Amino acid sequence: MPVSLSEKTTEVPERLTVGFISLLRSLEVNVPIGSAIVFQQALGKVGVGKRENVYWAGRTTLIVDPEDIPIYEYAFQVFWEGLIGLPEEDLLSHRAMTLVTDDGSTGEEDISEQSEDGREVINLRYSPSEILREKDFAQYTSEELSEAYELMKKMGLLGGLRQSRRKIASKRKSPHPDLRRTIRSSLRTDGEPVRQQFFETGDRQRRVVFLLDVSGSMESYSRALLRFVQAAVVGRRQVEVFTLGTRLTRITRELSSRNLDRAVTASSNAVQDWSGGTQLGETLRKFNNEWGQRGIARGSTVVILSDGWDRGDTSVMSEQMHRLKKVSHQIIWVNPLKASPGYEPLAQGMAAALPYIDRFLEGHSLNSLSDLAQALSE
Amino acid sequence: MGFNAPDNPSDVTQGLAKFGYLASEGLSSSIFLSLSLQRPLFLEGDPGVGKTEVAKTLAKWTGGDLIRLQCYEGLDASQALYEWDYTKQLLHLRAAEATGRASEVSEQGLEDEIYQERFLVKRPLLKAISYSPQESPVLLIDEIDRADDEFEAFLLELLSEFSVTIPEIGTFSAEVPPIVVITSNRTRDVHDALKRRCLYHWVEHPDFDREVMIIRSRVPDVSEEFAVQIAAAVEQVRTLDLYKAPGVAESIDWTVALGRLGSITLDEETVLSTIGTLVKYREDQIRLLDHGIKGLVEKALARAG
Repeated sequence: MPVSLSEKTTEVPERLTVGFISLLRSLEVNVPIGSAIVFQQALGKVGVGKRENVYWAGRTTLIVDPEDIPIYEYAFQVFWEGLIGLPEEDLLSHRAMTLVTDDGSTGEEDISEQSEDGREVINLRYSPSEILREKDFAQYTSEELSEAYELMKKMGLLGGLRQSRRKIASKRKSPHPDLRRTIRSSLRTDGEPVRQQFFETGDRQRRVVFLLDVSGSMESYSRALLRFVQAAVVGRRQVEVFTLGTRLTRITRELSSRNLDRAVTASSNAVQDWSGGTQLGETLRKFNNEWGQRGIARGSTVVILSDGWDRGDTSVMSEQMHRLKKVSHQIIWVNPLKASPGYEPLAQGMAAALPYIDRFLEGHSLNSLSDLAQALSE
Repeated sequence: MGFNAPDNPSDVTQGLAKFGYLASEGLSSSIFLSLSLQRPLFLEGDPGVGKTEVAKTLAKWTGGDLIRLQCYEGLDASQALYEWDYTKQLLHLRAAEATGRASEVSEQGLEDEIYQERFLVKRPLLKAISYSPQESPVLLIDEIDRADDEFEAFLLELLSEFSVTIPEIGTFSAEVPPIVVITSNRTRDVHDALKRRCLYHWVEHPDFDREVMIIRSRVPDVSEEFAVQIAAAVEQVRTLDLYKAPGVAESIDWTVALGRLGSITLDEETVLSTIGTLVKYREDQIRLLDHGIKGLVEKALARAG
């Protein structure tokens, strides 16, 4: 219920706080109880007499993610200023829709349209993995897809390792003397450091960045690949996922839910340009500018899942691939079309990108994805 | 001058302005709440928007020391919290041995001798909680996104208790929690739990008028007209879709550089010779040159009237 600014000062503040927070929660902003208490305290400090004070007290205590700021602004207007208009489509569509998850309509239908008959489904029940493993995702029925997802989950991604800078105690001699433990043990020998102690540096998983092409030409594959990527996000730390299409969308957060359907629905809704056009080079530029060069791609394994169709200028594509190459550890390009007989990388974007790619893999079937999992763990 | 705790956000704005930092209303509110609720302030935003500067200015305003911890991967307790002075400890043990005392004292006795506060090297986090309440410092934990998960977890513990236990000596706790500012460039997502421990503020680029004010307050000898020209030029450069668009920090650097060359108004030649302070990738410089310096200067001059 909206409350006007003048009424508000006479009301019980707790009721307002709780009301406002439940509105935020209904818009899928995660507000733990601890933050609610701090918000209450903050209001106590700044009072509720002035709009700006209330606005900033809430934003600084309830919001911890810049992506949630527009939602906060909307909720603030609705609740504190009594402006109930229709929410902007753009702002609320994906958040609101995640409330009605698990309706099973996450797009499998589009893919199942392409499958020819139902007989194969029956066969599947006897030896699902054998048949599924080599089959092209584009030929899947929706039942086959869900069986495939189960197999993807089991694939498990062991990321490649790199040396960490974090030190751990070592039993063996190493180039790094551990003075703290040396002195500690010297006490047992009257202060004579008889046994030198060492530490060593351990290994850490290398970050993997998935860039998933969701443009129209990838339609038969992108939703299946999204499931694969989701398994990766849940299975290991240090994974980032973005979709490339007419725009760049970061979906790491949406995908991190363990409930597969929920994660996929949330991220499908976050991506607003499913099956749109392709601006591969331009979107890559955006990725490099906003995320890649700044840190996310640095020293990472970058996996691009795309067929390489780019309607833009190829010089942009090669410039951006060059930039990505300079900061990343390796670039793996997964192209589902590569499996087609007689495939040549003729798509303009693909041709421009080839010189910068470390590994070029297929991604059309479960088997080829397990090759990818293998490549990632090397 | 003495420091009086602010009563409202505008006190913060005024206090910081005295030391040349022009905070937006949102930032002032966040700082005010952080001071009055004694919670750490978590500042996130693009590089060069003035996050680190907040901590520095807070230290000047409150008169407390600035203690800075620059984060990096592998940062651990011995670098962030404390370490023993091993050389001193070794010397002490040697001396005990040379005088024959080592064989007389028990192992426990020797241990007690070398694990005393005088052999302790305090690192930033321990330092920050060892101050007396009258001279509470400002603790700046810079670029937390460069540290790893282990350090985040460790920091979470410290920020909730503001006390540190050293097994050999005992517990150090801050009587009054220090002012804590944590910054992040968002090269990765910092764990929610840590952000929730703090008050969160996303620092935006300033708008045109504020940028002019910031330039003038940071570089006092620049004229109003020149500052407007500079801000107008920077604003145009930001629209060029560069690898790294210049932030306020770059605007200030650029103004200083122009001042050093004796400029009092923008012209093509000095812009060319100072371009490196504004745009820091070669590819971006080329893009800027392709766009045309002449047009850039003309537009900026027009804006200043």
